[in-house]
Amino acid sequence: MKISCEQAAEICNKSQYREASLMEIIKLKYHIFICKTCKLFTTKNTKLTKLCNESKLQILSEEEKAKMKAELEKSNN
Amino acid sequence: MIANELQPDKWVELHADYLFNYAIGKVSDVEIAKDLVQETFIAGLNSAKNFKGDAAERTWLIAILKRKVIDHYRKINSKKGKAEVRIQYSDQTDAEGEWLEERVADPFVKGGDQEIENEELGLAIQNCIDKLPKKQSRVFTMKTIQGMSTEDICKELGINPSNLWVMIHRARTSLMGCLNQSWF
Repeated sequence: MKISCEQAAEICNKSQYREASLMEIIKLKYHIFICKTCKLFTTKNTKLTKLCNESKLQILSEEEKAKMKAELEKSNN
Repeated sequence: MIANELQPDKWVELHADYLFNYAIGKVSDVEIAKDLVQETFIAGLNSAKNFKGDAAERTWLIAILKRKVIDHYRKINSKKGKAEVRIQYSDQTDAEGEWLEERVADPFVKGGDQEIENEELGLAIQNCIDKLPKKQSRVFTMKTIQGMSTEDICKELGINPSNLWVMIHRARTSLMGCLNQSWF
């Protein structure tokens, strides 16, 4: 049942992407019940996920970036 | 301190995503936003000799992008022959006077503010992502922004899952620190 803080952090990160198993989450819950540091980390980590979702960030694909770069080089010559 | 210098060959890598999100916030159209970013880079290149090094490269590019956004709205306005803006104040013809104050948004209604906040949040996050080491920012973006599966990312970058989670951990920890002051 007991896990280290490193393991707790990894499970916490996985759970941000819904990739932690139920057993892992139970272990994490137990760990943060007794470990204040990991409790704070989990709270902040979850908040970061929320912020990322709210931000609606979009990125250009590598393909689009390559095209932009080519276009830029073309006008440089 | 080193004076600010332009490095056009690194622009796309360093600033494209930030400018892209800035542009989306202004024109709400992905395709137009992409074009504006491209135009900004080319305009920047053409006027690179005017860059005096007073501002950071990104700030300077954003200033150009702002002009491009204004130009864009001018263009679509004149196309439609709508250079003149008409405001219909009220449907009721017997309404007394035409008070612009009546049309001012209620400051207590949420909505508009929320959207502006999200736009700023997005740019703040992008700013922090751009400060990460390249590999970390790549992995974090693929996983968080693009929502790719662990398996696909590992295949594409040739890393194993435990590498991936270490990089995700470092990226997330840095981002928490970077965003801390204003957002947490």
